Amino acid sequence: MTQLALVIDLNVCVGCHACVTSCKEWNTSGWAGPMVDQNPYDGSPTGTFFNRVQTFEVGTFPNTETVHFPKSCLHCEEPPCVPVCPTGASYKRPDNGIVLVDYDKCIGCKYCSWACPYGAREVDEQQKVMKKCTLCIDRITDAKLSERDRKPACVLACPTSARLFGDVHDADSEVSVAIRERGGYQLMPEWGTKPANHYLPRQKIRIHIDQDELTRVDNPLRREDLTDYTGEETLDDVAW
Amino acid sequence: MHPAFSVIFLTTLLGAGQGLYLAMVTGQLYAVARFLPVQEDQFYAIGSLVALVLLIAGLVASFFHLGRPERAWRAAAMWRTSWLSREVIVLPIVMALVFAYAVAHWMEWTTPLFQLGAALQVDSTLLLGLLGTLASLALFVCTAMIYAGVKFLQEWHTPLTVSNFIFLGAASGFMLAAAYSAYIGNPLVTFFGTWAVILTLAGLASRLAHLSRNAHLKHKSTVQTAIGVRHRVLFQKAQGATGGSFNTREFFHGQSQAVVDTVRYLYLILVFPIPMLLIGAAYVTESQSLPIAAFFAQFIGLLAERWSFFAEARHPQNLYYQSVA
Repeated sequence: MTQLALVIDLNVCVGCHACVTSCKEWNTSGWAGPMVDQNPYDGSPTGTFFNRVQTFEVGTFPNTETVHFPKSCLHCEEPPCVPVCPTGASYKRPDNGIVLVDYDKCIGCKYCSWACPYGAREVDEQQKVMKKCTLCIDRITDAKLSERDRKPACVLACPTSARLFGDVHDADSEVSVAIRERGGYQLMPEWGTKPANHYLPRQKIRIHIDQDELTRVDNPLRREDLTDYTGEETLDDVAW
Repeated sequence: MHPAFSVIFLTTLLGAGQGLYLAMVTGQLYAVARFLPVQEDQFYAIGSLVALVLLIAGLVASFFHLGRPERAWRAAAMWRTSWLSREVIVLPIVMALVFAYAVAHWMEWTTPLFQLGAALQVDSTLLLGLLGTLASLALFVCTAMIYAGVKFLQEWHTPLTVSNFIFLGAASGFMLAAAYSAYIGNPLVTFFGTWAVILTLAGLASRLAHLSRNAHLKHKSTVQTAIGVRHRVLFQKAQGATGGSFNTREFFHGQSQAVVDTVRYLYLILVFPIPMLLIGAAYVTESQSLPIAAFFAQFIGLLAERWSFFAEARHPQNLYYQSVA
């Protein structure tokens, strides 16, 4: 069984919001109608988004670290939002595991949003139906597009390639390898929702450089060693 | 959670309607058992019609909660998994049975259909009353399980939510039955008043147990599990929008803790001691107006109780929406 999902690398996300704007651009011009904004140029702009980038600060100054955290529907393998829907508008596609809303069946009761611990669902204030990330279902299933373009808009837009897209059930896919080898984790695992989307943790890259490594022992341009030795052990004396 | 007035009125009006209907059937059962004087059929008929009006008002209120009310009929589809869908199915059944019970009394279709044992004459009103009682109890469970069934709202995810809905709804309905009897000068006011006080006490025990449970509740999710970073000091700096979003409007009540505390004390006074004292005073003074005041005090209190029920529930998604910038 296929389970399409995103893997988001928090190590390289710089919080530029390119995924947010490209998502909005693609999906607001799509087949499902606009994602409506209210007061877009006024004091309290608000609107429907499938994807948002949030920012968290870890630690206490000066030992702080900024984590940019893109958040969208996680396409849970046990989606708690689906069984509570009274009309069957919310469903999980059997062929690729994407959780979708049928906008023609949704009555806008908001019950599914209560049943999502991640706050991934948002009511569109004009269409009055529940909306959420579709993984650009119209794009990734469009056979007219080239293989390269058959990816969610956010993935294609990310300038740092922080967003990977693929089948997390295929052990050899790029996303599965990333999860396996780079410590991919799920959000709020305590609820047993089994989110398909994973996040790759921040990784501090530390290199320890010895003075020895800065100086090539056999560097032909090296200055003559002018040190006055007084009998102490040097590297040349070490038996390897 | 944001307390939506549509849902507050839906749950309280349905509760009072079902409770009033249960009171009518209870009154009839007591009369059948000859514990109470037999009433005219019109008494039950009008009482049930008032209950029906409350149920219809609750249904109308529920439509204000929907974004697309014209599609509400679709909500009966997923009864296998969704308590909301089950409520949507059971509510019209209850309304139909309440209406049929009222009509059967109004038309005096009280010729016994068959006899059970030595003395129990079963007529159509008794059968409809029993079916309606079962359907009403089922509706209480469905309505409450919509809230108690969401495991993420740990404040709601308890059987105490169901017992609160049943006891408080039934209490307000019996209180209304006492008010109705007092209004028409019927001596059953004492009977309904006594049951209203018993149900109010049961509701008090259930609600206090609920409050005490929630006061000691430990939330499963933390901001650490929400974003998956293991550090004790973790603050949100931006939530992806400056002007708020659906997530900030639907899941926060937007009031200060002082308001929440005030509403809690308000309903603890209005729902429990005041109606019981008024009913007690009505019993002593044989007043016709005090039971009516008792019902209205309790119903207003129940509106506050439902507001508080929503306001006290903290959704785990709020961990992602703690700070704007």
